[in-house]
Amino acid sequence: MTLRKPLRLPPYAEMLGVNVDRSGDGSPVLTMPFGEGVIGRPGFVHGGALSGLIEIAALAALFADLSDPDARVKPVNLTVDFMRGARDKPTYAQGTVRRIGKRIANVDAIAWQDDRDKPVAAARMNYLIVRGE
Amino acid sequence: MSDDFKALAEQAESGEASGGPDAGRAFAARISGHSRALGIAYHSHGTDWAQLSLPYDARLIGDASTSVLASGPIVTLMDTATSVAVWLKRRQFVPQATLDLRIDYLRPARPERTVFGRGECYRLTRYIAFVRGVAHDGDPEDPIAHVAGTFMATEARPGSGA
Repeated sequence: MTLRKPLRLPPYAEMLGVNVDRSGDGSPVLTMPFGEGVIGRPGFVHGGALSGLIEIAALAALFADLSDPDARVKPVNLTVDFMRGARDKPTYAQGTVRRIGKRIANVDAIAWQDDRDKPVAAARMNYLIVRGE
Repeated sequence: MSDDFKALAEQAESGEASGGPDAGRAFAARISGHSRALGIAYHSHGTDWAQLSLPYDARLIGDASTSVLASGPIVTLMDTATSVAVWLKRRQFVPQATLDLRIDYLRPARPERTVFGRGECYRLTRYIAFVRGVAHDGDPEDPIAHVAGTFMATEARPGSGA
């Protein structure tokens, strides 16, 4: 799929109930509330919902850093480590762009709940950048 | 409940065609929350694999300009299909947590098409299950995504024989 900088969040982000906070200095911080629609095993957030949140955070970080307004990106892959069970409370996520090259961007992202230093999941993503079509 | 997966694995082992209401029931009992919200449903299974379906749904679009599904629901589909594959290979339901999952996006899913996720458990130890799988939209030879991952049995204890 090819993605361009969105004016608003995609339907899937709305389905997860994701909110975006762009007020900080760094890349946007996303919040996903707990609810029936994101449950995996009882009392825990589904790994797929966590992955979805983390991917949206990574894209938000990448689009915030891309200076070329016509650039589009294609997700190449995603690797997620699930480090702790995410419980019945809000989950936060933030992406960090490690490198933007001419064609490839490497982005990290973490998700956490109570303590940013104790992530519930961490991910790495590679994106292909398509410029000036 | 845990015997459901034993019965399903035995059904597959005996060469009976997979599917049917028993399989659908056993699966539905283990699918709730996020997977259900996405519309993920049982399709077919074997002794160490399961194929699930994810119907196209406008709520799951990742890019409004192309109507292509977001990648998150495909991760959920593959996480769920591979975890069912582990229960089939273990021949019982055991609580487990995903340790890691890697997904390669080979091509976009086509708008309006149902996506199928086929997950396989290719190696099982007492604590860890190793899985792989593909997502496709009709032709498994032309996959949308490839995944590899591991699950940990969260309640396995040394000597429990699980």
